[in-house]
Amino acid sequence: MKEGQTLTFAFMDPPFESARTSTFFRLLDAALDAGANVNVFAYEGAVALSFAHQSAHGNSIHGRDAGEEAHPLSREWIAALQRKAAHCGVQFQWINCGLCVDERGVNEVIDGCGRGSPADLWKFASAADNTLVIGTRD
Amino acid sequence: MKVLQVIEQAFRATGEEQDDTIVWLSRSMRGAGADLHILLTSHAVSYALAKAGSPALSFGDWRQAHPADIRNDIRELLASGVEITVVQDDLEERGLGAKQCLQGIRQICRDEIATLYDSVDQVWQW
Repeated sequence: MKEGQTLTFAFMDPPFESARTSTFFRLLDAALDAGANVNVFAYEGAVALSFAHQSAHGNSIHGRDAGEEAHPLSREWIAALQRKAAHCGVQFQWINCGLCVDERGVNEVIDGCGRGSPADLWKFASAADNTLVIGTRD
Repeated sequence: MKVLQVIEQAFRATGEEQDDTIVWLSRSMRGAGADLHILLTSHAVSYALAKAGSPALSFGDWRQAHPADIRNDIRELLASGVEITVVQDDLEERGLGAKQCLQGIRQICRDEIATLYDSVDQVWQW
């Protein structure tokens, strides 16, 4: 992949229920490593990925308190990718489908994530070198 | 840019969303000027049938007022200029080969899919 290219991703899965979510984030991380500008359109359950009130917890079965457990939170993954993009000097844009946000009550999102519509996905895709969509699977 | 939306997963979130998520997404993007072609494959071939419906959802005294009407959504997409194609082999595998499809939907064999893919700029597999 040529440095400076722009990639658009559309993603549908919620934060923790599927290995697709961590794979998706690995792809975003790799795209930034390659010097790509990254656009994300989060659709359906994926709008919860940037929810600001995700909270880590301890786990008595693991015998660890909240600090020791360091539960992974997708909002922190997004924030880490935002920092990485800034450090690399590339763009990292994240838009949530607004109607999907309203349905789930996850309106409060971390800084740098916005609200939009499928028109934004089309704008992202039209301006990108390529687009990858990752839909929810049964 | 022309995008082929490949819809494979059928009835995904249709209860909650009162529609198919990707059919809805396509209608919304079409309204924003997107140039789209839809390919119905696997279980989603049932969306092409002229006679089918979603039974209303009810729990106790709660009843869903507007269940998904995917047939109408498909008709609206066709009316907006979106081409829709269905895989004949997938219809036949599900015993739906003899059923009538909605007017305006083109049927192709599985070995014609590659040609369809070649005719667009991007393929989005949902």
